[in-house]
Amino acid sequence: MDPLGATISGLLDGYSSGSFSSEEAVRGFVDRVVAYNARLNALLDFDPEPALEQARAIDARRRSGEPLGPLAGVPIAIKDNICRRGEPTTCCSRMLSNYRPPFDAAVIGKLREADAILLGRLNMDEFAMGSSNETSAYGPARNPWDTDRSPGGSSGGAASAVAASLAPTALGSDTGGSIRQPAALTGTVGLKPTYGRVSRYGLVAFASSLDQIGPFGREVADVARVLSVIAGQDPRDATSVDLPVPDYLTAIESKGERPLRVGIAREFFGEGLDPEIESAVREASRIFESEGATVSKISLPNTTQAIPAYYIVAPAEASSNLARYDGTIFGHRAEDFGPKSEVEKDLPALIRMMMASRAEGFGPEVTRRIMLGTFVLSAGYADQYYVRALKVRRLIRDDYDRAFRDVDVILGPTSPVPAFKVGEKISDPLAMYLLDVYTGPANLAGIPGISLPGGLTKSGLPIGIQLQAPAFAEETLLRAARTFERATDWNTKRPTLD
Amino acid sequence: MNLSAEEIAKVALLARLRIGPEELETYTDQINEIIHYVEQLQQVDVSGVEPLAHGVEVRNVFREDRRTDPLPREEALSNAPRRNHEAFLVPAVLQ
Repeated sequence: MDPLGATISGLLDGYSSGSFSSEEAVRGFVDRVVAYNARLNALLDFDPEPALEQARAIDARRRSGEPLGPLAGVPIAIKDNICRRGEPTTCCSRMLSNYRPPFDAAVIGKLREADAILLGRLNMDEFAMGSSNETSAYGPARNPWDTDRSPGGSSGGAASAVAASLAPTALGSDTGGSIRQPAALTGTVGLKPTYGRVSRYGLVAFASSLDQIGPFGREVADVARVLSVIAGQDPRDATSVDLPVPDYLTAIESKGERPLRVGIAREFFGEGLDPEIESAVREASRIFESEGATVSKISLPNTTQAIPAYYIVAPAEASSNLARYDGTIFGHRAEDFGPKSEVEKDLPALIRMMMASRAEGFGPEVTRRIMLGTFVLSAGYADQYYVRALKVRRLIRDDYDRAFRDVDVILGPTSPVPAFKVGEKISDPLAMYLLDVYTGPANLAGIPGISLPGGLTKSGLPIGIQLQAPAFAEETLLRAARTFERATDWNTKRPTLD
Repeated sequence: MNLSAEEIAKVALLARLRIGPEELETYTDQINEIIHYVEQLQQVDVSGVEPLAHGVEVRNVFREDRRTDPLPREEALSNAPRRNHEAFLVPAVLQ
């Protein structure tokens, strides 16, 4: 068996049967990184030695019969906004180019306890702001299905790495679709858990009420396994919720209490949806029916308001969170902060230092969102924009609450379009924002969502389908996803890079 | 509404961002385009709707009022752009 093509289950089976060691598996992934990463730009400044050393230690423990964690020897790559003690964590921003956190994120602690092998850090949009990975200070990540195209964003590096088998699994973060959209564009499985399911401690904050960490994998069981490890309440994140963590892997293979009820919202099939993606979603609904599920039409009437609400709430929270980057205690500080205009002559040196440092440290998308957020929160406009967006946010959540009285999961597209060319949309921020049309509502409502491979376009690009479930119903969500996966073979399709 | 370049410059100052004159024009156009787009929310009837700050509404979370060890000084200073042996160094605030 080849470790490089394996799922997490395949790797664990290979280790326990002795077909290959963790060190051999890690070496295989390292060789692939060496061979392909220059084309994909998925991983940043990759140092294989610590991963190999960790793999050797796990092999030794396995040989001596020591008990091992549930992800023992499984390599996992980490998005560059999740803190690892002493390792660079830059959010792909010049602002944090020299930052090394003095602590581990909660999820990193849990992965270490589970004996997973941390394999490099992943390219992303700067501070997770973007839908194409093009706002990264390290340049765009590329889609292994067609390297002229984007793998999506902001977890573009994670999606690209898993799709190209540079790592079997990865952690990303999802604020408006940043796990699900790149999963769709690269033919991988990406899960955004319920808000509060996974501790955000150590995830660099973008929009605190929307951000959630989640896994990428090749099959539903992969993300179920990783979720079982990283989920759970954490006293260091007051928004993490005190609910027991089920064994998701067992849950996905068990039969539900009654046939699955799948809903499809009529609002999903509006203007802008690629016809090939629409037919893949309709085909998916037929597959669910043939697997014994009932499929019914539902309505989420405020869906069209999700993007405008999102692009007020997210920048508002970002403008507040990113205020900490002012060049005083960490992050980039400008060398020259002498006055550059008449206005600046009257400002104290400390303020000019902050302004110059922020101007040099942040790229244009981050700057734009900070200004937008500052504006919508400013005196005289907060009620008109920010508070109104929060009211619409409640209407969006109410839509879901109503829908979930009649259905267990909602099926729809993940992204309105398949992978697009790098450079195609970057100069038009609004066009880029519309890519989140199907994913953003789940973040506003706090509910979980998963994207899984649901087809290929005529030109051979992956199509993602999305399932959403009520808050904390990840078991149902993953079981539904597994039902679809079992009936199709889309998750076994791989890009060819040679 | 339409924001003028002067208003955008004021927002940039509030946000502690230095924006050059040529960038100011681009940002003004782009932010106005986004503001026009989000103004469709004004059409939604939100009368009687309470704002929702978190999708999963949270309750008060308390912890025991107990002293814990702080981050050691050397670690706290380890990412400082400028420092001496005991503090962060910044330009003088009081002249």
